[in-house]
Amino acid sequence: MSEITPSLLMLQLVTGIALGTVYALLAIGLSLIFGMLNVVNFAHGAFFMVGAFLGVYFLGLTGNFWLALVIAPLVTGGIGLFAERFLVRPLYGRGIDYPLLLTFGLSYVLIDVVRATFGIEGLPSSTPAALRGAVNLGFGHFPLYRLFLIAATAVVVLALWLFLEKTRYGLIIRAGSRDAEIVRVLGVDITRVWWLVFGLGTAIAGLSGVLAAPTRAVNPEMGIPVLAESFVVTVVGGMGSLPGAVVAGILVGVVFSMTALLAPAYAEMSIFVLMALVLLVRPQGFFGKAGALG
Amino acid sequence: MSHQDFANTSSASRRHLLQLGAAGAAVGTAPFLFNIASAQTGNIKIGFPVPLTGAFSAEAQDQVRAAELAVKEFNDAGGFNGRKAELLVRDDKLNPGEAATRTLELIEKDKVEFIVGSLSAATQLSINAVTRERKVIFNSISQSDAINEAKDWSPYTFHEALNPHMTAGAVARYAFPKYGKRVVYLTADYAYGHEMVRGFERAGKALGTTTLADIRHPIGAADYSSFLPRIQALKPDVLVMCNFGRDQLNSIKQATDFGLKEKTRIITPVLLLTARQAGGAEAFDGVVGGSSYYWGIEDTVPAAKSFNDKFRKAYGGAVPSDYGALGYAGIRSVLQGVLNAKSTDSQKVSEAMGQLKYNWYKGDQYFRKCDHQSVQSIIILESKSKGMKDKNDVFSVVGSEAPSETNLRSCAELGHKA
Repeated sequence: MSEITPSLLMLQLVTGIALGTVYALLAIGLSLIFGMLNVVNFAHGAFFMVGAFLGVYFLGLTGNFWLALVIAPLVTGGIGLFAERFLVRPLYGRGIDYPLLLTFGLSYVLIDVVRATFGIEGLPSSTPAALRGAVNLGFGHFPLYRLFLIAATAVVVLALWLFLEKTRYGLIIRAGSRDAEIVRVLGVDITRVWWLVFGLGTAIAGLSGVLAAPTRAVNPEMGIPVLAESFVVTVVGGMGSLPGAVVAGILVGVVFSMTALLAPAYAEMSIFVLMALVLLVRPQGFFGKAGALG
Repeated sequence: MSHQDFANTSSASRRHLLQLGAAGAAVGTAPFLFNIASAQTGNIKIGFPVPLTGAFSAEAQDQVRAAELAVKEFNDAGGFNGRKAELLVRDDKLNPGEAATRTLELIEKDKVEFIVGSLSAATQLSINAVTRERKVIFNSISQSDAINEAKDWSPYTFHEALNPHMTAGAVARYAFPKYGKRVVYLTADYAYGHEMVRGFERAGKALGTTTLADIRHPIGAADYSSFLPRIQALKPDVLVMCNFGRDQLNSIKQATDFGLKEKTRIITPVLLLTARQAGGAEAFDGVVGGSSYYWGIEDTVPAAKSFNDKFRKAYGGAVPSDYGALGYAGIRSVLQGVLNAKSTDSQKVSEAMGQLKYNWYKGDQYFRKCDHQSVQSIIILESKSKGMKDKNDVFSVVGSEAPSETNLRSCAELGHKA
C-alpha cells in the first residue's frame, strides 16, 4: 500500500493504545478476581454493560459526567458484592468450573434484566461536552475523548498499584492471593477480603463500561464480544497478573489497530492469532504463574 | 364494504380491537360448520419469521406490530368469505438455518398458506428456498438484490422491500453530485454490504466518481476507530457506511469523534429510524441516507398520514419505522391478493398480486411482472440535530425518486425473460 506514511502509522499506534486501555481496564478487573478468588468471572462483560447503562442513566439524571463516572462504578460494584455474597460464596472450594458456570448464567440474567429495564434498543450515549472534538497531535487529528481514556486508565492503574503495594489492606490482599490459609490463621477474615475484591473487580468493569459508553453503542449485548476480548488479554498477559493485564491490553489494542490498517479483514482474527502464538511459546502468558488454572 | 375500505375503518383502541378480534373469531367459527366440505376453511394463516432476537430486534419487533395492524384491519373489514387472517410470528434469530427450519415448520406443521417476513439478505434467501420448493407465496420485507435474480426467483416470490441496487442508486444520484466524487466505503463484510457497494459504484460510474478504498469490517464489530486514521489520511469527499443497525450506529459515532465530518460527508444506503433514535442527534448530525419510508412524509402523502394515524392509535402514539411499515405493506399485499383472487390458492393469489396497483402507505406501487419487485418511491433523508419537535422528529426529507422501472436492473440482466 503506497499511502502509508509515518504520520498515519503514528496515528494508528495512538488509536491502538486508546483501544488497548479499555481492554487493559477490563482485564485488570478480571485478573484481580481470578488472582485472588480463583474465580473465572464470565459475567465480567455483563458488568461492563451494566456500568455503561448506569453511566448513561446517571448522566441523564444528574447532567454531570464526572458524577456518573463515580456513581455508576459504585452501583456496579454493589451488584458485584451482592452476587459474591449470595451466589459465588456458596461455591468456594468446589472447583473452578462451578463459579464459571454460575457467572456464565448470571451474565444472561443481567442482560435480560437490562433489556427489561431499559429496552432492547439500548440508550443513546454522547461524549461529554468538555471532551468533544478532535485535537491535532502533529501527525493527525485524534479524538480528545480517546486521549482522556488513555489518561483515565493511567490514573486508575496508578491508584490501584498504590493501593495494593502501599496500603495495609493491599498487603492483606497480596498475601491472601499467595496463601489464603496462612492469612486466615493470622486472624484475617479472608472471606470478607474476597467479598471486597469481587466488588472491586466488578466496579472496575463498571468503570470501563462508563468510560467506553461514549465511544460505542450502549445496548444489552455490548458486553458479549468484550468478554471474549478481555479473556484474550488476560491469557496473553498471564491469568491473575495485573502488570500482565496492562501490557497485554495495550499490545492487543495495537496489534488489532495495525492489522486493521494493513489487512482490515483480518483485524478481528489477529488478536486470537496473537493469543495462540503466546500460548504456544509461553503457555502461562507474559507474567503468569505456570499451572494457575490447576 | 369494498376491499379498499378496510384500511380506513379501524378507529378502535388496541384493546378494543383485541376484543373485536376475539368476538370475530367466535363468529367466524359459525360458517366453518357449513363449509366443512370445502378445503378452504378456518383462518387464513400467515407465517411471519423475523429476527426477534439479535442485532436487528428493534426493527423486527416493529415489523410485527405493523403486520398485526394489517391483520386486524383485514379482519375488522370482514375477512375473506368470513375467514379471518391470523399471524404466526416466529423468531428466526437472524440465522439462515433457523429461518429455513421455522419456515418449514410453519408450512408443514402449522399449515400456513403464506409467508411474509425476514430481515436480512441471507435469511430471506433461505426462506425463499423453502417456499419456492413448496409453492407457497413468500413476500419478503427486507433488502436483497439476489432475490430478484432468476436463479433464486419463483412465481411465488415477491419482494415488497427496496433492494440495494435501487436504494444505493438513489442515494448515489443524490449525494455524489452534491458532495463530491472521491469516495471511501466502510463496508460490513456480508451480502448486504457487498450489494450496497456494488449499487453505489454502478450509479457512481455514470457520475464519474473514484473509489479511493473499500474497507471491509466484520459484521457486529464494536470498534471502528482503527479503520478511521486511514480514511482520515485519504481525505475523501464522501464516506459511505455500507452497514446496518448497530454497526451503522457504532461506525458513524466513532467517525464523528475522529472529526471526519469536518471535511467529509457521511452517507449511508439506509438511514434507520430506530438506529438514529438509539444513536442520538449528535452522532448522526448531517448524515444522509435512503429509506423506503419515513413517517414525516405524512405532510404531503395522504396514505402515509392515514397509516401513521392508525399505527399511533393502536400503539399509544408511537410512529411506525421504515422496516415496520414494510411489515404492514407485506401483509396487505398478500391479503389483497387473496381478496382479488377470491381464493387462497398460491397460483391464483400470485397472479392477483402481479396485477395489483396499490397505495398502502406511501404512494403508488406495483409488482414488476418479471421478478415481482415492488416498484416504489425512494426517499432521501438527512438527519437533524436542531429544531426537533419530539423524539420521532429526527430526519428532514431532502429528496425522493418516483417509482420507476428505470431504477431497477433490467429483467434481461437478472436472467428473466422480459
